Amino acid sequence: MTGHLLEVRNLTVDFHTARGTVHAVRDVSWHLDRGECLAILGESGSGKSVSASAVMDLIDCPPGQIVSGRILFEGQDLLTLSPDARREINGRRIAMIFQDPMSHLNPVYSVGFQIAEIMTAHGVARAEARARALELMRRVGIPAPESRIDAYPHQFSGGQRQRLMIAMALALKPDILIADEPTTALDVTVQAQILALLEELQQETGMGLLLITHDLGVVAEVADRVVVMNSGEIVETGSAAEVYRTPRHPYTAKLIAAVPGTGEMAAPLDTGIGPILDVQGLTKVFGDFTALQDASLTVLPGETVAIVGESGSGKSTLAKTLLRLEDATAGAAFYAGRDLIAMPPKELFALRREIQMVFQDPTQSLNPRMSVGQIIAEAFVIHPGILPKDRRAARVQDLLRQVGLDPEHIHRYPHQFSGGQRQRIAIARALALEPKLIICDEAVSALDVSIQAQVIDLLNRLQDELGLSYLFIAHDLPLVRDFAHRVVVMQGGRIVEQGPVRQIFEAPREAYTRALLAASLDPDPDVQAERRRARAQLAEAPA
Amino acid sequence: MKGFLGKRAIASAISLVGLIILVFFLSRLTGDPTDLYLPLDASQEARENFRNIHGLNDPLMVQFGRFVGDLARLDFGMSIRRAEPALDAVLRGFAWTLQLAAITMVLVTLLAIVIGSLAAFRVGGLFDRLATFFSLIGASAPDFWIAIVAIVLFSVNLGWVPTSGTGTPWHWILPIGVLFIRPFGLILQVVRGSMISTLSSAYIKTARAKGVKNRPIIFVHALRNAMLPVITVIGDQAAGLLNGAVVVESIFGFPGVGKLMIDSILQRDFAVVLAAIMVTALAIFVMNLLIDVLYAVLDPRIRY
Repeated sequence: MTGHLLEVRNLTVDFHTARGTVHAVRDVSWHLDRGECLAILGESGSGKSVSASAVMDLIDCPPGQIVSGRILFEGQDLLTLSPDARREINGRRIAMIFQDPMSHLNPVYSVGFQIAEIMTAHGVARAEARARALELMRRVGIPAPESRIDAYPHQFSGGQRQRLMIAMALALKPDILIADEPTTALDVTVQAQILALLEELQQETGMGLLLITHDLGVVAEVADRVVVMNSGEIVETGSAAEVYRTPRHPYTAKLIAAVPGTGEMAAPLDTGIGPILDVQGLTKVFGDFTALQDASLTVLPGETVAIVGESGSGKSTLAKTLLRLEDATAGAAFYAGRDLIAMPPKELFALRREIQMVFQDPTQSLNPRMSVGQIIAEAFVIHPGILPKDRRAARVQDLLRQVGLDPEHIHRYPHQFSGGQRQRIAIARALALEPKLIICDEAVSALDVSIQAQVIDLLNRLQDELGLSYLFIAHDLPLVRDFAHRVVVMQGGRIVEQGPVRQIFEAPREAYTRALLAASLDPDPDVQAERRRARAQLAEAPA
Repeated sequence: MKGFLGKRAIASAISLVGLIILVFFLSRLTGDPTDLYLPLDASQEARENFRNIHGLNDPLMVQFGRFVGDLARLDFGMSIRRAEPALDAVLRGFAWTLQLAAITMVLVTLLAIVIGSLAAFRVGGLFDRLATFFSLIGASAPDFWIAIVAIVLFSVNLGWVPTSGTGTPWHWILPIGVLFIRPFGLILQVVRGSMISTLSSAYIKTARAKGVKNRPIIFVHALRNAMLPVITVIGDQAAGLLNGAVVVESIFGFPGVGKLMIDSILQRDFAVVLAAIMVTALAIFVMNLLIDVLYAVLDPRIRY
């Protein structure tokens, strides 16, 4: 009998799907003690969430099947308990919070009801539960909880929703909190606040914290120990610092190497010719809300300009206005000397070939009923002047080769490719029109770190070969650091600072840029400890 | 919400005006009402007399103006066959239909929701398969056939319930039973489908992680979310019943507005037909408004 609070021993879980049996996790063992934070690190499909779901009895059987193993909570095997006994433990002894709090909160019930429910479900009287819910909302930092307790989830911001989830999970003072990608959908500054809150609450209650994440930065920020998973198996276990410094398994080493933010920063371009894009005072007003205010920037031929900012900063509005997907309220954008904003539709259509866009989610932006060949060749149908018909098929194959895909796969459909491959298809589709400028809207945000690095390499290579310019919209600062020549920082619809990448990262002038940099997470636990101190200083300094 | 209701009322009033115009001119398009009302061998004198009494010699627009003026006073004219105001006959029939429709829809809704939800909770289980099997049969069986078979079986052979009329509660069993089957099958399918997708949503996972019991998970967390698409179908089906369950009312001799309408069409009693159309149109408008309100009540994200 071991003294661990929670111990998973030799757990194997299968999923029986239409395409056959998938071994979600194989022979996985880990343990968690009181007061410690264990991180399970892995990319999508690694099975990092499966053992936690098994702990919470959240695996649907069928299609799931727990083939073998034990889950010992205070020495008691959870897998042998009755569903009712497990329900008693859920919420009371072991609680869980999830990624994307918006979809994990019931949209039609007030947050007060949902927080109180975890208590009433375990026998607390209604009035008492409500009073305690109020207290919890205050504790997790919801301002004026008395007036907010009957509000609905959609009336809160993303960060507040995750705070509410935490309040809910901690209502009964559980011994263990499982946090499954708790900050993945949040802005960096909010992510830092939520992680700080979790740490604080852990110290306060002495609970064990199990953190499931894909982000080495999150591990460095909060974890004591880390378990690295790859395709259903544990490849490495150790303390966070140990694993980062001396990874023993090649997969871990690869994962660490793929983390952006460590490479050489690009020197400013000096082309000696004028900008390809010159945006002047671009403004977009929706009703009485100003989404974009007086934005001015330039992009040189062959240059990568990154636009960074948190949600609501206006970075996507800027892209949409440039492409005329939204009508600008004021301002101009000169492309090769002609104003995109004032251009008549016919002229704009011809110009559209030269400015292309790659979107965040290739699953949504590629038509699922068209083959890859059709998707790419559609460009030639819309702009028939580019290429005579008989040469189109060969060109599509060339494009596939150029983005690193097998030209043989021309007849396959988007769902037959992985996320990273799909984004390559989206890039090939953009390249088909031989553009000069590509606007990438969070183009790699949905991809795993190692895939992200590959797509960035591809974009770099294409820039060298074809002299492309990129307007790269992103929220991920380390990624931008490695990729951009120049950086534009946006906040609340305004450009707060812009300059060469080195200046922004090494000598930021504006407080907001500094806060953004301090909030971003570094995979190195020591660097992270340094940042935490910097953040604390920023917080103390008057705003 | 108030503004929304006002807008909806105006929009409905506009469609009501359209309906009035359509009904008036369509009934005139079918030819001279004299030919329809009077027997084929009526004398020329009698025809002329009929035209004068009913103002049919006036220009069409004058007739329309008079028609609208009467409507504004809720005067649909006299029923030619019944010697009473058309509206009285219609309202009497409508009261019967409303009771029949209300009882049927309440039963349908309750049972479809409970059975559909339970079926969705264990998809592919025995209960689910049985529910799906029978609801599909119900949704696809023609009601005139069920009505006739039910009469033969329960009234004629077994003698449990009367064949037609409204005298006792026993008289209501067959019409309600027959009307029940189709909407029940249909709504159960919609509830089941909607519940299956709702039960797989993220907030259900949260509820399970909180230790909430199965029954509140189904009937508190999932049901309210799953009801939104269901309400639309319920409204559709209820509108069908309100319009008069023509076939079922006729077969069971039920004195509802559907039977009244069919009888009046056959007897060329146009005042009654017109009154029936206007009353049911109004009822359906009120019901749609109720559904919109219900939507907003169920889902706090909907604010008109």
